[in-house]
Amino acid sequence: MSSSAISRDDVAHLASLARIDLSDDELDRLGAELPAILEHVKVVQQVAGDDVPPMSHPIPVANVFRADVPRPGLTPQEALAGAPESEEQRFLVPQILGEE
Amino acid sequence: MSIDVTTATAASLAEALADGSTSSVEVTQAYLDRIAGSDERLNAFLHVDAEGALATARDVDARRAAGEQLATLAGVPIAVKDLIVTTGQPTTAGSKMLEGWVPPYDATVVTRLREAGLPILGKTNLDEFAMGSSNEHSAYGPARNPWDTTRIPGGSSGGSAAAVAAFEAPLALGTDTGGSIRQPAAMTGIVGVKPTYGGVSRHGVIAMASSLDQVGPMARTVLDAALVHEVVAGHDPLDSTSIERPVPAVVEAARRGDVSGLRIGVVREFGGEGFQPGVRAAFDRAVELLAKAGAEVVEVSCPHFSHGIAAYYLVMPSEVSSNLARFDAMRYGLRVMPHEGASAEQVMAASRDAGFGDEVKRRIVLGTYALSSGYYDAYYGSAQKVRTLIARDFEAAFEQVDVLVSPTAPTTAWKLGEKSDDPLSMYLEDVATIPANLAGVPGLSLPVGLAEDSGLPVGVQFLAPAMADDRLYNAAAALERLVDMPRLEEIT
Repeated sequence: MSSSAISRDDVAHLASLARIDLSDDELDRLGAELPAILEHVKVVQQVAGDDVPPMSHPIPVANVFRADVPRPGLTPQEALAGAPESEEQRFLVPQILGEE
Repeated sequence: MSIDVTTATAASLAEALADGSTSSVEVTQAYLDRIAGSDERLNAFLHVDAEGALATARDVDARRAAGEQLATLAGVPIAVKDLIVTTGQPTTAGSKMLEGWVPPYDATVVTRLREAGLPILGKTNLDEFAMGSSNEHSAYGPARNPWDTTRIPGGSSGGSAAAVAAFEAPLALGTDTGGSIRQPAAMTGIVGVKPTYGGVSRHGVIAMASSLDQVGPMARTVLDAALVHEVVAGHDPLDSTSIERPVPAVVEAARRGDVSGLRIGVVREFGGEGFQPGVRAAFDRAVELLAKAGAEVVEVSCPHFSHGIAAYYLVMPSEVSSNLARFDAMRYGLRVMPHEGASAEQVMAASRDAGFGDEVKRRIVLGTYALSSGYYDAYYGSAQKVRTLIARDFEAAFEQVDVLVSPTAPTTAWKLGEKSDDPLSMYLEDVATIPANLAGVPGLSLPVGLAEDSGLPVGVQFLAPAMADDRLYNAAAALERLVDMPRLEEIT
């Protein structure tokens, strides 16, 4: 079983995976808080034996399909109404690929 | 018939509207006036839609005058938690990330409110993205408890709770992922219900933890809550987890209120250490009243409930980290350009740092950890197994009894700021409410009086098997008649 040791560098790595540009102060604070929370929650590792199945959902979940027929949806204007930027009925986003 | 509109129950307002002794415009305006008079102190509303509410009220009045058959609650106004999307007014989720965002569609529950003719007074305050037990994590300042405005109203549906408790709305919708309807209901002395998971559509409810979230009613009486429950519940093809079965007969149960012969189990694990003496005393009195009313009261052990918080604070942040990935600054919401020519990834990271508050970031990072390679089995996987054990505890308990009871929360409302620097102590406040979310069963909090030690409201929680929500309303309605819950006379 893993320990709940988690360093400030670990927090920085996790934040980058989660795409949050945390400040130094935030990294300090989370670096102190997360080990305390993990210390509390790691008890789950001692509770259930190998024979207990995991439960992801309180009710059985199955794919739900609808008939493949057209029905009204949002207009482009409605879909773009909350966009930070848009152009020619499209979402305008910053560059995704690196500079060539 | 003369009726004091803002203190009347929704059921009696519905009657007064039906017999023509008042109008929806009169009722709606009275609540808008009340909000204008007290909400500066309570901060329960993030947005008030006077124009929209009055337009619905006028429409209902006209249709009634024309002799149209209307839904029971037609013309009775309601407040909606600002996690639930609404056209025509903003939805912020209590976050800077969505400041000023006006959704392009209505949540299914909102569509159902509109179809039933309930004027929507506005959108209520909440902990950011519903993450918190105190409302202090709202980016727009905390809502306050009308029983004592130096105290928290509970959370995350604290604005809905404060609004209903302070007579700013007769009814409200909240959402409950780990207790976010029941705990604020307990803190403010109102009724709050988390229906069976899948009983009410989540379509258009901004997702926090999809396997736990549920929408439910908040009201001043059990019957009022049942009337709202009946409006919003039922299968929705737009929610893949929505249950295709008839809605339990909650209104009939709330009118019945008979516990004679009902088997009620007191959860042994909730009520001892960590529970405030005033809460325990009020709870014990309530249990005695139930026994006197003819219920068979026994003690039931649910040994894994005490591990609920640990499992919840792994399952929930894991789902949070996934669900909140959608706030990427591309299609809607806040976009921050860190510098000229920044890449999409840099814009995302800068926007998410600026748009999310501390508690949201804490949970996203925690969830990212619990799901990360090498830790997944030890944390998320282990928590899912504990979830199974908690569901089994419920199954075993409901073989012995019809409903379970416990205090809703370990304490009465605490002072604003008292727990803000200690996230773990705040998490522990959810101990009694979390098991129901993990197992998907319904829960209801009923106000049973004021604690002797703090003078603040105490809630008793009823729990029932999935799709037996009517049992909650029946048992709570019986107890409601017997308890001495004073009315809030004045916001202090």
